[in-house]
Amino acid sequence: MADVDVRMTVNGVARRSTVPPRLTLADHLRSTCGLTGTHLGCEHGACGACTILVDGDAVRACLMFAVQADDTEITTIEGIADRDGRLSVVQEAFREHHGLQCGFCTPGFVVSVTAFLRDNPDPSDQEIREALSGNLCRCTGYQGIFAAVRAAADALRATDADAGAAARDGSHP
Amino acid sequence: MKPAAFDYHRPDSLEEAVTLLAELGDDAKVIAGGQSLMPMLAMRLAAVDHLVDLRRVGELQGVVDRGDALWIGAGTTQAAIQRSADIDAAVPLLTRSTPLIGHFQIRNRGTLGGSVAHADAAGEYPAVALTLDAEIEASSVRGRRAIPAGDFFSGWWTTALEPDEVLTGVAFPRWHGRSGFAIEEFARRHGDYAIAGATVAVELDDDDRVRRCSIGLFGLAPQVERAAAAEAALVGTVAGDVRADEVGETAVSGLDSVPSDLHGPAEYRTRVGAAMVARAWEKALQEARNG
Ligand SMILES: Cc1cc2nc3c(=O)[nH]c(=O)nc-3n(C[C@H](O)[C@H](O)[C@H](O)COP(=O)(O)OP(=O)(O)OC[C@H]3O[C@@H](n4cnc5c(N)ncnc54)[C@H](O)[C@@H]3O)c2cc1C
Ligand code: FES
Ligand code: FES
Repeated sequence: MADVDVRMTVNGVARRSTVPPRLTLADHLRSTCGLTGTHLGCEHGACGACTILVDGDAVRACLMFAVQADDTEITTIEGIADRDGRLSVVQEAFREHHGLQCGFCTPGFVVSVTAFLRDNPDPSDQEIREALSGNLCRCTGYQGIFAAVRAAADALRATDADAGAAARDGSHP
Repeated sequence: MKPAAFDYHRPDSLEEAVTLLAELGDDAKVIAGGQSLMPMLAMRLAAVDHLVDLRRVGELQGVVDRGDALWIGAGTTQAAIQRSADIDAAVPLLTRSTPLIGHFQIRNRGTLGGSVAHADAAGEYPAVALTLDAEIEASSVRGRRAIPAGDFFSGWWTTALEPDEVLTGVAFPRWHGRSGFAIEEFARRHGDYAIAGATVAVELDDDDRVRRCSIGLFGLAPQVERAAAAEAALVGTVAGDVRADEVGETAVSGLDSVPSDLHGPAEYRTRVGAAMVARAWEKALQEARNG
């Protein structure tokens, strides 16, 4: 069972490795790349804890083999905050609104919500609930998570509006 | 690592893929989005010696307008189907069924071909293909063939595909005139496979008589089913004359192997199925009348 060369960009860093084909992408990120923020709950697609971005799409890292991610660009939870460690708007909202308790599910939620709000900047409450349906949390009861997503959506739109206004009146360099 | 060890192949063309399958025989399996196969490999419900990744097979991509039908490549993701205005215009039932499949993270990888080949008894795409009399196209080194959906689904996760065949695409016939389409399902949680569901396509003539109608059932038998007796009873009737709950009752009356599981016994599923047919029938009819 021959090992296979894979190259991918993980959080902006080019990575090259030789892996057994049966190594999941989640295990590759955690073991080979040392990025243990991608959590594994169920390892069969049900819980969403392992959600990462592959070429921008939110996907389950436990439902891909590392070999299938050859030639892709990956973002894990470690790549969501700024390089200087400043939390993203979504992360900040989870902290502010008690969107986490033990934190096990949080990487999957934050990555999923980051992709969701990028594609749906102005979601209805129903759309938010539907978007959260693919991630399970055993602690919070979801209300704090829902509040965090609502707040993050509003904050991101306000930021965009500010940036737009600044660009229009020329006050921004 | 949970799955058993295997060798990995990544063909660049359909020809290369079918040649590999012919050479490797029964020990090989193709992987598309992996959203059904990976869980089975992880739980060791399935084991393979060779995995053939279809990701780079360009022939499985694209959407082609064939006039009387819309061909959709097997490799098209569920997310791409959800976004396509062309698909919504030609095959609205497929578009409407898509948000009911899993969650957006699943749909970003799951494919049309994978859903149809996996042939889950509660699968939305198998039900839509069966309801619309789609043709499922397959290729092997022995040649190409088109399999009517009615001959394709043959039992629990079982289809007419041979182990050396690649499903290349599905051709969905367009319905014209005053037609309406609906899918209704009941699941415990959003994104779960449905406990039971129904798809309806109906076409009315200018006097509101049913010219054509198709009723698909999912989650109610080892494979997706058509409610042939209910369809036959409806054709020629004036649409408003038949009560929706009667349509539902007739549609489930012929079922004899409704599954029982921890979500409920067969009688319960059957009742849910009848209710889903009734709801889908009303919705589809409403749309056809306005057409
Ligand atoms: C949490 C979760 C929830 C889900 N909920 C639903 C749901 O509600 N409804 C639903 O319908 N599905 C659901 N699914 C399954 C999902 O839709 C799968 O994506 C789909 O069934 C298979 O598509 P795939 O591309 O991922 O195929 P894969 O997993 O790659 O393959 C599935 C099977 O099809 C075969 N195959 C794939 N492509 C081809 C081809 N081109 N030619 C020949 N054989 C092929 C493979 O060999 C394998 O046997 C869910 C999955 C998960 C993980
Ligand atoms: S660990 Fe991947 S979905 Fe649960
Ligand atoms: S915070 Fe503990 S599982 Fe969600």
